[in-house]
Amino acid sequence: MLTVEKLSVKAGGQLILDEVSLTIPAGETHILMGPNGSGKSTLLRAIMGLGDLEVVSGRIIFQDRDVTKLPIDERARLGIGLAMQHSPVLPEVTLEGLAQVLGDRYGNDWRPLATALNCDYLLERGLNDRFSGGESKRAELFQLLIQRPQLLLVDEPESGVDLVNIAVVGKALHQLLKQGKIKDREHSGLIITHTGHILDYLNADQGYVMINGKLVCEGNPRDLFEEISKHGFEGCVACAECKRR
Amino acid sequence: MRRVQAEIKKVQERLKEAAWEAREKPGRYGDDFDPAAFINVHSDRNESQSELSAKLQEVALLSGFDPKERQRSASYLQKDADVLYEKVAGLYDGQVEIMSIERALEKYDWLWDYWWKTVAVDADKFTAYTELYQKGGYFIRVLPGAKVELPIQSCLMMSEQEGSQRVHNIVIAEEGSSAEIISGCTTVPQVETGMHLGVTEFYIKKGAHLSFTMIHNWAENFYVRPRTGALLEEDASFINNYILLKPVKSLQSNPRAILKGRRSRARFNSIIHGRAGSVLDLGSVLELIGEETRGEAVSRAAADDQAQVLMRGKLLAASNSAQARLECKGMLLSEEARMQAIPELEVIKAPRADLNHEAAVGPISREAIEYLMTRGLTEEEATSLIIQGFMKVGITGLPGILEKMVDEMAKSISKGGL
Repeated sequence: MLTVEKLSVKAGGQLILDEVSLTIPAGETHILMGPNGSGKSTLLRAIMGLGDLEVVSGRIIFQDRDVTKLPIDERARLGIGLAMQHSPVLPEVTLEGLAQVLGDRYGNDWRPLATALNCDYLLERGLNDRFSGGESKRAELFQLLIQRPQLLLVDEPESGVDLVNIAVVGKALHQLLKQGKIKDREHSGLIITHTGHILDYLNADQGYVMINGKLVCEGNPRDLFEEISKHGFEGCVACAECKRR
Repeated sequence: MRRVQAEIKKVQERLKEAAWEAREKPGRYGDDFDPAAFINVHSDRNESQSELSAKLQEVALLSGFDPKERQRSASYLQKDADVLYEKVAGLYDGQVEIMSIERALEKYDWLWDYWWKTVAVDADKFTAYTELYQKGGYFIRVLPGAKVELPIQSCLMMSEQEGSQRVHNIVIAEEGSSAEIISGCTTVPQVETGMHLGVTEFYIKKGAHLSFTMIHNWAENFYVRPRTGALLEEDASFINNYILLKPVKSLQSNPRAILKGRRSRARFNSIIHGRAGSVLDLGSVLELIGEETRGEAVSRAAADDQAQVLMRGKLLAASNSAQARLECKGMLLSEEARMQAIPELEVIKAPRADLNHEAAVGPISREAIEYLMTRGLTEEEATSLIIQGFMKVGITGLPGILEKMVDEMAKSISKGGL
């Protein structure tokens, strides 16, 4: 589904990602962990093609197609979807207005999805305009449910979300990744998590640890998370055998 | 009771004299030009025409005027100096009156009491020229207690190259009445240059409600100076919507609503798209004189190409229980466009009056466009969706057909790209 090959990316003239490589096969969900400022969000934004980043070297291959130089909207139409950690506020565009546009485009009935994500009362408001953390996440996932991307990039789905809403968010992710039956699984995901709560709702196949713009470790996501919970990311840095578990 | 003709003649003479004195007085705002360049009285034809050609019907439609008069209670259409429609739909007979101002002044002596009462005849050379060379304009009167559900429509159309229109309109909403007026000003496509001077006076009586929407549809070399005043009595309410979506050479307008009656309310909504080399100076003035008066002025302006857009707004309170709000928001869509917002608040001997304003001018955020692009919208579609929302957000009471026009406009803007 997705192959990132030795991707190096600069933002504001500074190198943020340093030769990052990873592969996510169809139907798999991978988890990305790492301390603040390690480059996790940048990796997701670079895969989506956001404009404030400069790809210095490397390639992004999505479904056998090199998308490194494609504009954002073309990547989205090919099947890449992103839920940002901090979405911009668009007071001019109501959630309903965007839902209608997306519903028409992707041929999905958005009304039941709004209800499922508890977004009905947000529909008339401007996008992310005075939304709480939980409202913002639910609204993002609601949009993605209409869009139905093949590859789902999610930046900290649990941040700012209370325990009640985390179940709603987890369920939506589960639905987006079509994790019901193993044989139907063709949607892939790359998800950043800080707290690991979201692992309770997902069948995550692979985990990575990113430090200073490099992937320093990969393995079973639950094992990795347990290690990090015990020893912190300093443990990862110190861990010599960590390279290939 | 008919007034002595001599008395009316005296009033007329006094007005003409004051106008003559002010014929060279520049406008307070806006760029200066000489209205005399567009006065050619010989071109004021008075052909009798009973209907509009199919082509002109299309032109009228663009300014919100439906020539088939579907879903309309009354219609007035003036092409250059000729009045082509002055009709009230059968159902609304006895509820609305609509006719040319000349006919109305002949019919009603009392109308002179409303003539130049909310706008000063000697305010500037443009009011002066309107008085000196006035031809036509409409008289609309909603009769006491009438609730007119279907809109009243009017259209002032210009079809002569280098011609001009000088109209004086009077609208009276009698006690307890309510109505909606859609008024379009437009030019036929071949006409490139001309001048439009239009004085409009509104009188909204006790407990009456009037919603008035003005759609301007000019050509790139047009000079336009509307002069508008509204007087509100007790419990009266007035909504004034102004829409400008096409290029124009120079347009300056600063309508004033005087909220004299207790609990009267007024709201100005403006949606402006400055295009090509348009020089626009647009604002509104709300004077809150009566107790418990409420006012709101909301404007949304987008400046494109080399347009220069100046947004004004003034709130003046002379009553302690007055409350009003001013909001101007501008969006710059081109490197060469200019935009300026000048909000003004004034309180006269009313220390407890509550006035506030909010003004913001900026570009469309790149981050916002990219956010929508991550959902698969092209850059054009994302831009259009943002502009469409920007123009309408916070604007309430806009008739449905206008929403459509604004949406179309947003689409046309983003096609040019940013």
